[in-house]
Amino acid sequence: MGEYRMPSLGADMQRGVLGHWLVKPGDRVSRGDIIAVIGTDKADIEAEVFEDGVVERLLAKPGDELPVGAVLATIRGDAGPPAPNEPSAPAPPPAPASVRASPLARRLAAEWHVDLASIAGTGPGGVIERHDVEAAAKHVPPPEPARPGASEPSVALSGMRRAIAVAMARSNWEIPHYYLETSIDMRTALAWLEQANAVRPLKDRLLPAAILLKAVVRALAIVPELNGHWVDGQPRSSAAIHLGVAVALRQGGLIIPCIRDAGPRSVDDMMQGLRGCVERARSGRLRTSDLSDATITVTNLGDLGVEVVHGVIYPPQVALVGFGRIRERPWAEDGMLGVRPVLEATLAGDHRASDGRDGARFLDALDKLLQKPDTL
Amino acid sequence: MTKSEIEAAVFAALRQIAPEVDPTAIDRELPLRDAAEIDSFDFLNLLIGIQERLGVEIPEADYRRISTLDSLIAYNSVFAANTAPFPPLAYPPAES
Repeated sequence: MGEYRMPSLGADMQRGVLGHWLVKPGDRVSRGDIIAVIGTDKADIEAEVFEDGVVERLLAKPGDELPVGAVLATIRGDAGPPAPNEPSAPAPPPAPASVRASPLARRLAAEWHVDLASIAGTGPGGVIERHDVEAAAKHVPPPEPARPGASEPSVALSGMRRAIAVAMARSNWEIPHYYLETSIDMRTALAWLEQANAVRPLKDRLLPAAILLKAVVRALAIVPELNGHWVDGQPRSSAAIHLGVAVALRQGGLIIPCIRDAGPRSVDDMMQGLRGCVERARSGRLRTSDLSDATITVTNLGDLGVEVVHGVIYPPQVALVGFGRIRERPWAEDGMLGVRPVLEATLAGDHRASDGRDGARFLDALDKLLQKPDTL
Repeated sequence: MTKSEIEAAVFAALRQIAPEVDPTAIDRELPLRDAAEIDSFDFLNLLIGIQERLGVEIPEADYRRISTLDSLIAYNSVFAANTAPFPPLAYPPAES
């Protein structure tokens, strides 16, 4: 008999909250089916099951907070015998008419002073989810300003902010960072992109981020020391590349979903992978497979107008790639001065796992790859 | 379609990607990316939402013409009108 346990959805996750079940005893499930929504500090995650079988017993109830690894349900594999008939427990009394909402929706509603009882949920079974609270939030008047002279109320850290604080403090404490940056002429890459998009329907259009990610993956094949983890005092390079992508959330905060097995993906596949991650992250529908440990993270703040990103590596990863805004700059080549669209690319490296020469080779490879976008 | 119908469609597409933004309250002459704090992903999804509602597929070469809310509505007002099929030609032409 299989046991479905509270998954680990982040390097620092200790506990999670079962939001609600999407299956009941007797339901048949297949590997990859989403069977529950689990709340963490950062987001509500759609949790997938990793085996085929039939749901036997649900051992956790909505709202239960349990440590990572706690058994949440039992699933009978197709080959296993059914569990002996147990006398069914008396049905619990119906809960008082409380509002059904995901843990993340509850937290956002509290932060934004939105009354959950006034919202019609659009999630499964009428559950209120994050986008329902977002839609309701814009109609809420701002809270009363404090009277002059009143002392500032202390602001409790939101769950997400707390998670980010813990991860960033740990990174700066543990990881000896080195930083490198380089300017990349994007004229050829952007021209290639424009041609590629001219023959693609709108929904398949490629963003510059897709070719940047593809170039990162190709450059990592040349400098594999940057792709992996630092564990128990040793570097552990990874054969597969799972690209963490830093996604800014509209109400603030950051989440790092992961494009799994990015190595063999074409630029179009990379764009679809990126699109899936960003949309699921922003609508609060991330899946467990989105949050499995990335082997490297890419952060792209170019859209906000920031030119250079000197980021902080997310442990236990050993590198972070940053892309700033593409902007027109004077560019000297062959003794002539021109204007080119230039991108500042940065690498933050863990000096225990790699050194400046590795980082420089990586950025050099990235540059060369982006000058030949048709070979990506 | 009337201009206000086109405006309503653009507003609906904008609300879908930025539900907390009130399209009637933002500065229509500022670049939309700043006025509504949307990034390149949001912008692409906005265009997809507009295409679903108005049938207009905006080529990438025209992005610089639609950077503000006003210019986006004006662009769609021109091109949404032109997506209606032309009436069939009579052939051979009627003899005068």
